Amino acid sequence: MNLTEFFHMGGYAYYVWTSYGIALVVLLLNVILPLRQRNKLLGNIARAAKRTRRNTT
Amino acid sequence: MFNNFFHKMASPKYFYTIAGILIPWLAAGFVLLFLTGLYYGLVKAPPDYQQGDSYRIMFIHVPAAWMSMFIYVVMAGAGAIGLIWRIKLAEVVAISSAPIGAWFTFLALVTGSIWGKPMWGTWWVWDARLTSELILLFLYLGVIALYNAIDDKRTAARAVAILALVGVVNIPIIHYSVEWWNTLHQGPTVTKLDKPSIHLSMLIPLLLMAFAFKLYYAFVVLMRARCEVLDRERHTGWVRELAEKK
Repeated sequence: MNLTEFFHMGGYAYYVWTSYGIALVVLLLNVILPLRQRNKLLGNIARAAKRTRRNTT
Repeated sequence: MFNNFFHKMASPKYFYTIAGILIPWLAAGFVLLFLTGLYYGLVKAPPDYQQGDSYRIMFIHVPAAWMSMFIYVVMAGAGAIGLIWRIKLAEVVAISSAPIGAWFTFLALVTGSIWGKPMWGTWWVWDARLTSELILLFLYLGVIALYNAIDDKRTAARAVAILALVGVVNIPIIHYSVEWWNTLHQGPTVTKLDKPSIHLSMLIPLLLMAFAFKLYYAFVVLMRARCEVLDRERHTGWVRELAEKK
């Protein structure tokens, strides 16, 4: 099997690769979103902690 | 000792640490299984005698659909444990599962639709299987919306658990929809009591992908659960320390 044939997918290239593409995007998104949320949360918590410390001392 | 382990596990700080250690291992396992599954599914498996190469969408579609139901049951189960024993961590797992389940449901619906176009000649039909899966998506979205609508997280978690438990009735409906009603959707080929009517060369990538998705869910739900724990414990000393170290 050569590469052109592989990408051609027996005439269903459009359907097959769109499906796999969407799957990849969904899988990546669900890793990126919690990573970004974690950074945002930690940043917010650190800032809030600094603020309260400044106010109490 | 065993009791002690569970007690420790239920402490948010301990959970956060253990989850942090588990995540990279589970992720590595997922990548390994996923790549092997892709190779077997896209390269090794022969074209279907009826559907040609279009059936390869199945290696995404079927595991995604399984996950959409599996995650729902986990979510409802964790919700029930949270309701009955008031275990915070169970609430966290339940609510962290919802968006992941919604994404898998979305993936199952979209890939099914893309498969349906060349095979059935239509993107969508309002038959039992497709409609009940769409309702599953709405249930997930309802859970997420309800959780965000209530300020007090513990009250929100209780409300969400009840909604999730009521929605469980939809799961057997999805599963048996292809047997109870006439539908365009094909019947089960793997989860039959007798021998699966699918060739080994196609069953292997399907199962690889199914296990890969399970591992994926495991590490992604832990990532989300860690965020939820941070958010809930934001006023505790250890979270502040952690945030300021970063």
